[in-house]
Amino acid sequence: MRWIWIDKFVEFKSGESAVAVKNVTLAEEHLHDHFPGFAVMPECLCIEAMAQTAGILAGEAKNFEQKVILAKIKKAVFFDYVRPGDTLHIHAGIESISNEAASTTGRIMCGDKVIAEIDLMFSHIDQNLAGKHFPEENFVFTDTFKSLLQGSVFSSRRITESGK
Amino acid sequence: MAMGREQVLQQVQEVLVDALGVDDDEVTEQATLMGDLGAESIDFLDIVFRLEKAFGIKIPREELFPAETLMNNPEFVNNGKLTERGLAELRDKMPHTDISAFEKDPDINKLGDLFTVGTIVNFVESKLKAA
Repeated sequence: MRWIWIDKFVEFKSGESAVAVKNVTLAEEHLHDHFPGFAVMPECLCIEAMAQTAGILAGEAKNFEQKVILAKIKKAVFFDYVRPGDTLHIHAGIESISNEAASTTGRIMCGDKVIAEIDLMFSHIDQNLAGKHFPEENFVFTDTFKSLLQGSVFSSRRITESGK
Repeated sequence: MAMGREQVLQQVQEVLVDALGVDDDEVTEQATLMGDLGAESIDFLDIVFRLEKAFGIKIPREELFPAETLMNNPEFVNNGKLTERGLAELRDKMPHTDISAFEKDPDINKLGDLFTVGTIVNFVESKLKAA
């Protein structure tokens, strides 16, 4: 994962579920054009936010040993717009996981409002692509990215421990 | 409670309609997963997960779709075609499937044609009996 599209995790239950937060800001330049005078977060980027949240959840479940690649959008239904200033809570859960793949369900919330329901399927590519070889290093989960996750998980553990 | 073949077929049809986004009247027993229903390799994983959930069974993927495992082994695949060893392995792993037509041109892209809706129903039935 070479770019980060979520801000932090606020909940992380290994192998089960996670909640990430993304703050949407008008400083994101694409919002200036999408659309002029009516900024709306593109829905494909809502899917990206879910893919990162659920992908990290699936990766962590296998100790980041697999190269976890988004393989299929099983469902993506949108109920409302996401506007600058919104704080999104991205809830992801693992439905099934095996050596070869993971299937996740998810919901994006803004306050009490459901923004989207997004179910995804990830492939652990080393296990799947007909013996093709990929680089040894895990280019999905780079060190920069993992340290970000560790920081978030530690802070979320503190949140849980302090009973908030 | 034992499920009849009709019931199994019906549930398998539901799984395939959801996994592949096809209409239920397309999902006949004879329909091939890749050729007729447009399944791609990732869909096989999706189908396995959904079948496990629908029937409450555990399915090692290589049991239902042994071809996937074959394709990942360079001993069995050369230049996009199954080798003699690969074909022998396929016969061994899919005893209930007629592969004589496939043997004439063992292009791995055509392996998918061996998998029909009926194959899945047979497989699920055998799993349910064993459970």
